[in-house]
Amino acid sequence: MRGDAVSDGALADIAYYPGCSLHGTSREFDESLRAVAAELGIGITEISDWSCCGASSGHTTDHLLGVALPARNLALAEEQGYDTVLAPCAACYNRLSAARLAIATEDGLAERIPDVIGRRFGNTVQVRNAVELLRDAAASVEEKVAATLTPNPLEGVKLAAYYGCLLVRPAEVCGYDDPEQPTSMDEVISACGADAVDWNMKVECCGGAFSVSRTSSVVRLGRAIIDDARAHGAEAIVVACPLCHSNLDLRQKAMALRGEDPLPILFVTQVVGLAVGLTPESLGLERHFVDTEPLIARLIEQAAARDAEERRVKQEAAAKAAERAARQKAGAGAAPKDGDAQ
Amino acid sequence: MTSESRRTLAGEIFAATGVNAATCYQCGKCSAGCPMASESALRPHAVMRLVMQDRREQALTDESIWLCLTCETCSARCPNDCDPARVIDAVRELSIEAGSADMPRTISAFHKAFLEQIRSNGRLHEFGMVMDYKLRSGELMKDVTSAPGMLTRGKLSFRAERIEALDEIRRIFEKCGVTP
Repeated sequence: MRGDAVSDGALADIAYYPGCSLHGTSREFDESLRAVAAELGIGITEISDWSCCGASSGHTTDHLLGVALPARNLALAEEQGYDTVLAPCAACYNRLSAARLAIATEDGLAERIPDVIGRRFGNTVQVRNAVELLRDAAASVEEKVAATLTPNPLEGVKLAAYYGCLLVRPAEVCGYDDPEQPTSMDEVISACGADAVDWNMKVECCGGAFSVSRTSSVVRLGRAIIDDARAHGAEAIVVACPLCHSNLDLRQKAMALRGEDPLPILFVTQVVGLAVGLTPESLGLERHFVDTEPLIARLIEQAAARDAEERRVKQEAAAKAAERAARQKAGAGAAPKDGDAQ
Repeated sequence: MTSESRRTLAGEIFAATGVNAATCYQCGKCSAGCPMASESALRPHAVMRLVMQDRREQALTDESIWLCLTCETCSARCPNDCDPARVIDAVRELSIEAGSADMPRTISAFHKAFLEQIRSNGRLHEFGMVMDYKLRSGELMKDVTSAPGMLTRGKLSFRAERIEALDEIRRIFEKCGVTP
């Protein structure tokens, strides 16, 4: 059941749980994740016939429903022969991990779940998110960046790593990073050659599921996040959650910016993709509401100029060295003049 | 806890979640970090207090419990591991059970529309969800200006993805006793 996984055999295949958003409003997260995974040789295969994790509506309405809906997908992954599930959407990651923990720790739940979902279930599958996966692959990201022939547009660019809630909280559910001062996404940003800025709103909430039902709260919370990122010099905010993305990107227009240019919101996978030389189109960067084109164009131009300058300096140095060598050859045997001493 | 104490709100919540609300010493750190504090009449520490004092009516009927974003900041920062987020989750469930839910219409419409999508397709069809939400909430004109942009960016699909084993999803909803 391993389908048409892209794998170089170096890593075992991972079950891929895209979740509903990555098949819909955040399809660029799916596109960029697939492109980057292929580039890094990480084999991912979509779980066959996966269903929605229930997101916050599930567990807000009923605790058992909030566990059973994700559990069905863990059971599918298990049955399809995987030991790890990749859930890039922070909400899916959180619900899958929370279900896994609840079933392992709550009295009677492990016995009850197979009956509720109508499937055998041993709760043996690990759940990982995309930031965790990329952090653990940081060395190979760095290698790829160094081996890429086109100049890296992200070199030295200031980016704000925004984790929000569901990637890091609750700590006992997520646990792959610190819930108050996470660094995993900053590490990925650094591996891409960019500068992860220090800022205050890394783990603040963007308003999550109130995007549609209480937009005013989302605009208030998003505004504070964007203001703080900008105040700390960020040229873009990096996210790993479809809901954070939509709340900061789609809703930015409603935030009544005071004359500033809007701040692009990038998925972490798009950042890695740019650094390893993938095209903006292949990463779905044109799908955002805040136009990413001006930033990307400027970064590509800057990188090209930097590259040309580096090449010029190198050429100059090479020319000087050649000149010196030629002079030495011509003047071999003659006494050196004062000026040629060094 | 005895069967007597289970009849108190704190007892019921302890039975359902294992969280003892009485361990909260009202330091207010949860409320200091709550992103919805400025919009809520009852902040997280106040919900904990009502639970401790067995003031069921106030706790279950206040709109504030529905303004919780479940961001978990309160629980992450609680110095005494009281888990206010889990307590508020439990208060919401009790509120639905008691039929006393004063959930704002838009928020209840969102959750119902969301779950209905899962029940009928196995996956969330965002366009279908938003249309259903509009009908349930009465917010017919909400976000209509975003739709064209969503379409041109390939973010909105009119066709729902439907899973094959839809009967399994129906079973889960039935077993949990949830009808959106």
